[in-house]
Amino acid sequence: MYDVVVIGGGPAGMAAAIKAKELGLNVLLLDENDYLGGILPQCIHPGFGIHYFREELTGPEFAHRLKERLKELRVKVKGNARVLSIENYSDLEKVVTFVSPEGIFDVRTKTIIYAAGARERHAFEIGIVGDRVAGIYTAGEAQTLMDIYGIMPGKEIVIVGSGDVGLIMARRFALEGARVKAVIELMPYPGGLARNIMILRDFNIPLYLSHKVVEVRGRGRVKRVKVVKVDENLRETGEEFWISCDTLIISAGLIPNVKLLKEVGVEIDPATGGPVVNDRLETSVPGIFVAGNALVINDLVDYVAEQGELAAEGAKEFVENEGIGTKRWIRLKRGQNVRLLAPHYLSGERDVWIYARVSKPMENVAVEFPEIGKRIRLPVVKPAEMLRIRLRKKEIARAKGAITMEVVPL
Amino acid sequence: MIYRFTCIVCPLGCTIEVEVDDDRVKAVRGHTCQRGKEWAIEEVTNPKRVVMSVIPVEGGRLPTVSVKTAEPVPKEKISELMRFLARLKVKAPVRPGEVVAEFDGVKIVATREA
Repeated sequence: MYDVVVIGGGPAGMAAAIKAKELGLNVLLLDENDYLGGILPQCIHPGFGIHYFREELTGPEFAHRLKERLKELRVKVKGNARVLSIENYSDLEKVVTFVSPEGIFDVRTKTIIYAAGARERHAFEIGIVGDRVAGIYTAGEAQTLMDIYGIMPGKEIVIVGSGDVGLIMARRFALEGARVKAVIELMPYPGGLARNIMILRDFNIPLYLSHKVVEVRGRGRVKRVKVVKVDENLRETGEEFWISCDTLIISAGLIPNVKLLKEVGVEIDPATGGPVVNDRLETSVPGIFVAGNALVINDLVDYVAEQGELAAEGAKEFVENEGIGTKRWIRLKRGQNVRLLAPHYLSGERDVWIYARVSKPMENVAVEFPEIGKRIRLPVVKPAEMLRIRLRKKEIARAKGAITMEVVPL
Repeated sequence: MIYRFTCIVCPLGCTIEVEVDDDRVKAVRGHTCQRGKEWAIEEVTNPKRVVMSVIPVEGGRLPTVSVKTAEPVPKEKISELMRFLARLKVKAPVRPGEVVAEFDGVKIVATREA
């Protein structure tokens, strides 16, 4: 029986497996692809690892460092292995069933670190109607085609969504000689990090804020798309125009990939779309931990890898003590202008990183935890940038009941 | 001419304005630190970018290998660089960090195993 089975070989899963092995646990890492790294091998742009490796790397380079460490530590890795189900025999014994080219296998384990990442929202999910034609891709699909397989998905591109993925793909298309005709953003502000917004200026790509794509027309292939303006309540105004293009790229956000967790009865937080977790990143099913984008959609891979390590530390405590020994959990609640946060329960037995996102951009604010008298001033908060805040053990321990996190004007 | 952009040196994201007259920087406004000011001036006078792409690889596990410039290159050189990269081809094995070509004195480095 394994101490820990890690599901997912992206940055969260690899960092978790490395840390678990370093902590002396008997670990197996499962991944469904025939290469490790998750989405990193296709994220060929720089900007990764500034916090985690203190050096700016591309996605493949970040993945390579973790892969080398896995090799050094002789961590057992099984590729081409798609997990079909998780069964919770008891708090101390779980069974992971996976299928691979050699057949279907069951492995027994004391704990699971679930690091299966996220999926992309697709065209139907954001209400785009019209002809079902070739030339509609999610940004990640287009990225896989271009940067893994070397295939250009199109020549005249419209991108839906100004988040980091959409902007990065806008640059890739422009660099490779395609014409990016527009980036269409539903919200009144851009969705990506400032360094990625610069891409639009670099390549003279028009950005339409408060607009949405509602319809696709074409025969066989995308021919044109209809764009409408929306008001401050995101309702269509009727003001509309068409853009001719051969390719529509959907970059409308990520959703934690939690299907297997739901099937095993893990409680899901509707705000993050990921599981409800304590400060060991343990879900409501004892011994199942979660890290990375399966937990909460992150903006930096550095945080994803950090969460992998945290989950491994949780697994270590679980294996040693046959469970997480905390007696009292303090609920962390969302207050004003906090759209989502994780973890949801704090022990007060250790320092903890809080990952959170705001609902709307604000300047000159304080992040407050009124019940414990903590306040952090910030010049600016944006929905695109995750807040990562350290709460100290002794600060948390001051709470009588729940703790609220809120972002208020100064 | 006034250039206006969001500083990306740190997460503060100051809105910086650089006023340029006859290719000379006349004024910089909106920055809150010296690094931001220097970055903004360079961004206007000599913008540079690290450039990435993929090139075909023969006999590798994947059909392409990802590459980047070892250092930032001037923005106006980028389209010429991309045309140069489009002509490249390599044979497996390739290790990350391996120099696969050179463009205008700038090394083109593989970033993925192939």
